[in-house]
Order: sequence, then C-alpha cells, then structure tokens
Amino acid sequence: MTALYTLTDLSKRYTRGKESITIFEQLDMTIDQGDFISIMGPSGSGKTTLLNLLGGIDRPSSGAVDCEGTRVDKLSEGKLAKWRSQHVGFIFQFYNLMPTLSAAQNVELPLLLTNLSGKERKRRVETALDIVGILDRKGHRPAQLSGGQQQRVGIARAIVADPKVLLCDEPTGDLDRNTADEVLETLQLLNRELNKTIVMVTHDPAAAGYASKELHLDKGRFVAKENT
Amino acid sequence: MNRLTLVRKNLFRKKTRSTLLLLSIAIAFLLYGALGAFNQFWEDPPQTPTRLVTLNKINFTQPLPYAYYNRIQSVDGIAAASHANWFGGYFREPTNVVTTFAVEPEGWFTVYPEFDMPADQRARFISDRTCMAAGAPIAEQYGWSVGDRIPLQSNIFTRADGAEAWQLEVCAIYTSTADTAGAGAVLLHYELFRETASFGGNSLGWFVLLTEDAALNESVSRSIDDMFANSSAETETSTEAAFNQAFLEQFGDIATILSLVIGAAFVSILIIVGTTMVLSIAERTKEIGVLKTLGFRNNAVFGLVLAESIFLSLLGGLIGLGLAAGLLAGAEAGLGDAFPPIVMTVEIVGSAVALMLLFGLITGVIPAASALRLKIIDAFSKG
Repeated sequence: MTALYTLTDLSKRYTRGKESITIFEQLDMTIDQGDFISIMGPSGSGKTTLLNLLGGIDRPSSGAVDCEGTRVDKLSEGKLAKWRSQHVGFIFQFYNLMPTLSAAQNVELPLLLTNLSGKERKRRVETALDIVGILDRKGHRPAQLSGGQQQRVGIARAIVADPKVLLCDEPTGDLDRNTADEVLETLQLLNRELNKTIVMVTHDPAAAGYASKELHLDKGRFVAKENT
Repeated sequence: MNRLTLVRKNLFRKKTRSTLLLLSIAIAFLLYGALGAFNQFWEDPPQTPTRLVTLNKINFTQPLPYAYYNRIQSVDGIAAASHANWFGGYFREPTNVVTTFAVEPEGWFTVYPEFDMPADQRARFISDRTCMAAGAPIAEQYGWSVGDRIPLQSNIFTRADGAEAWQLEVCAIYTSTADTAGAGAVLLHYELFRETASFGGNSLGWFVLLTEDAALNESVSRSIDDMFANSSAETETSTEAAFNQAFLEQFGDIATILSLVIGAAFVSILIIVGTTMVLSIAERTKEIGVLKTLGFRNNAVFGLVLAESIFLSLLGGLIGLGLAAGLLAGAEAGLGDAFPPIVMTVEIVGSAVALMLLFGLITGVIPAASALRLKIIDAFSKG
C-alpha cells in the first residue's frame, strides 16, 4: 500500500489560561491510500483535533503532517486553503449545509473555487448527487430534507471535487440506526469502489465496524484493531 | 450558481430583516436625492446674468408704490424695466392653483426675451386688455387653446364690481427657450387688474430689470436701493437667482431642514445597518467556517461579506433615488409651473452612487474583517 499521510512526532498542546493541556505527544501514524479508518476514544481524547490536523484546519504544536510529500503543517493560510479544496473532503456530524442554498447549490460550492465551466460543474454536481442516491432531491433546500438526506448532500459536497481523502467527524452522530447504516454503506462504497481514503471519528462501535481499520485513541497513543 | 448568487442568497435569507434594512437605506437616499436636487437649484438656478429684481425690503409680499417705476427706469445702466403683481390665481377650484402675474405686457416680454410666441398672438395680447397669455405647460395642463375664454379667480383679490371671476380670453400661448422662472405662468394686463381689483391696484409687486452689462449689476442695484433708502417702502435689488431663492424660501427653509434630517438619518442608518451586518455575520459563524474548510480563502470570504453589504447599500440606495425622483415630481407639481423643474442631475446621481459604495464599505468592513480573521477551529467551537 502507498502511504497517503505520514504523521511524525506529532504533538498538540493547548493553553487554557495558565494551564497547558497536552493532547498528543510525539504521535506517529501512517495512513495508506485506500484506508477506511475509524478512530474511537473517550471524549476529549483528541479525535477531532487529529482530524483537524489531517485536514489542515489546525496546526500541530510540533512534528510533521506529510501528505504525499506536502508538509501540510508548513503551508501558508492561502496555500492551505487551496490544498484543502483539492485534496480533502469534509463530512460533519450536523451536515453544515448552507440553509439558503438548494442541495445542488450546496454541492457546487467547492467547485466555485475551480475554473470549471458552469456546464461541467452541473455535470459533476449531478454525478456526485447520483452516487449518494439523492439526485431527485437536488432542488430541495436543507430544511426540506431529512437528516439522512442532508448527510448525503454533505457527502456529495465532500466528493464533488474528487479529493483523495474524506475526513468524517461523527458522520452518523445525528442519525437513527437505519439511516446511519445507509450513510455508512455509502461511505464504504466510496472507499471500495472509488478508492477514497476515509478517516472517520465516531463514538459508535457499530459505525466503526464499517471501517477496515479501527483505532482507539487513548492517552495520546493508538491501539489498532483490524476489521475484516 | 456563482459567487454573486451566494451573496444574494445570504442577503435575503431573512426577508423581513433585509426589507427593513433596504427601507432604511432607501429613506436615507431619498432624502439625499431630494436635498441634492434642491441644493443644486439653490446654488445654480437658471438665470440671465443681466436680469435684476427689485422687491420691497421688508419681504416679497409687501407692495411698492407705482411711482417707483418711472424713477427706476431713469437709473443709469438699465436697458429695460418692467413690473409684475402676484395675482394668486386659480382656475374654477382653489386647488387648481395657476401661477398668475399681472404685468405690463410689452415691457415684460422685453425683460424676458426668451418667452416666445407667434407674432400675431403677441400683438393681440399686448393690444387687448381682456387677453391673457398662458405658458405652454399650464395651457396643456388645463387644455386651453387660443380663443378660449377662461374664468380666472384670485385667492387674494376680488373684483370691485362684485363679479366672481376675471373672464379672460387666451390670446397667446408662449414657450420659453430657457428654464426660466415664470415660464409656465399666466399673464394678464396690469391695467385691467388695476381697474377691476377691489384693492391693491395702485401698487406693484416687484420690478424686473435688464442692465446694459452684468458688470453694472452691483452699481445699478445700489443706485436703486439708495434712491429709496429711508422711505416708507425701501427696496432690495438683487440678481434673479437671489430672487428665485427668496421666493422658494416662502415654502420654508427646506434645505436646512433636509440637511438636518439627512445628516441624522445617515448616521442612524449607518449604525443600524452596520450593527445588523455584524449580527448577521455573527449568526453565520459556522457557515463561514464551512466555506473556509471547503477551501475559500480568507480574502474570498472577506470579499463575499463586503459584497453583501455593498449590494444591500446599492439596492436600497437606488430604490431611494427612485423615490426621490417621485418626490421631486410631486414638489414640482406643488410649486406650479412658474418655476423650472427641480431635478436630480447626473452629478447628484453619481455622488449618490459613490456614497452608496462608501456606505456599503463602511457598514461591511467590520463584519468582513471579523470573517476574514475567523479561524476555522473557532468557527466550529463558537457555532
């Protein structure tokens, strides 16, 4: 397998008042292309912080975040924004869709940062919506969609620019079991059929079971357990 | 979809709030447009450089003795002189105000050479005391034609013989080749007025003079006013522009009132719109975080928020200017056809648009800067 991410000696510390809080200390990790990794752990263990570091929306206190030879932690804000738009898709627990935009317009948002023509953007948006099975709802606003449908729109938005990696922060945390399973099956499909690398933070063991690799974050260390 | 769609959708996400904001801005620019047009008229009214007007020094409504007319004509530097009385005319109903002057016809057309009409109509009007000459706008307004007999009444004067109205024949309809005050008025013979009015016939309202050269205006004005100094009816001679201004001031010091109102309105609305924009962006903290997460750069987010504010200001401002145009049309109708139209010039519209942009920048720059500075991590923790 080819390494997509290599985290080396990664440390993250926060300062709250006079108190310094260490989240990780000298953490090493490798994520291969095509991995579907779930990360579990107690609240405050730094799962989301790790996801943020992988996505370049937070910076480590020390250490390196390398993605295919790019030192993500060293990029300027502007370059980091561009890198995010081209390499990473984010899926949030509460979907974070723009309430004033239709499903299709929400999915199109990342493509506004490209030079694609309107026609090509429309084609890609419809493809993404079709992959997640919600093309028939493309004109609906988020308020007119169920939680599961909104999350599918969120997934379509994450994949529309064809990033290599999807970072999911509790993607089923706001969904009932059946809907959650449908969403997780979609993620599994994206991983298996489109070779998307997925890193998913979850509290739900059943959700973690969909991943090919399950990691438990505990006291700044990973404990790995391979799924089949 | 493009970024402008995003701006527009965000702007109207809360329709009631957006409508109220638009209304606030529209009111500010309504006042700006109206005030600008009045100020323009005030500062640069249409005028002939050699035309002077002599009034009673007390005010416009006080009469001057008829005897002054001959004495004024003898002043060195005067090329022509005429006189007029305010008649206070109306047609059929007091609400149908008709700006009417009782004039000495021949002299009047000499001091107002821009008033134009066919030679036969002019000759008929001058020679027949029962004639009236109507400005083309008022004739068109009431559908008068040459040959019609018009019952004209006054809200100031009555007829000495007890009749209700002056029955006058429309002998001439005149136009003006310039935007001159009085170009839309009805003119009747002073002699007829003097003989038939129950009072006021032995005095004059004001004199209109042409000097031989504009350079002589000051010395002629001083000579006239010195001539009647310390008399029971002192005079004040000024340029036509000053006279027009004094006439308009009868309707109140509109410019000062509007200046105060617009100043207060702009400051208040600036604070309201600015505060609302800050709150609006604060409500969308998480959405801004999402945009940045998707790859929108800080300056792109700054631009989106600023564009929202500028778009709001431009839209509200243009609505306001449209309303101002309507208000000025209404004011023009109220002032009557005696005065040239008070309109928003290209300069006023241009400065208003510049002000809209500035307004949008001022109200948008703080929320845009806070959106620019917002870190993604903070956006999700605050949101």
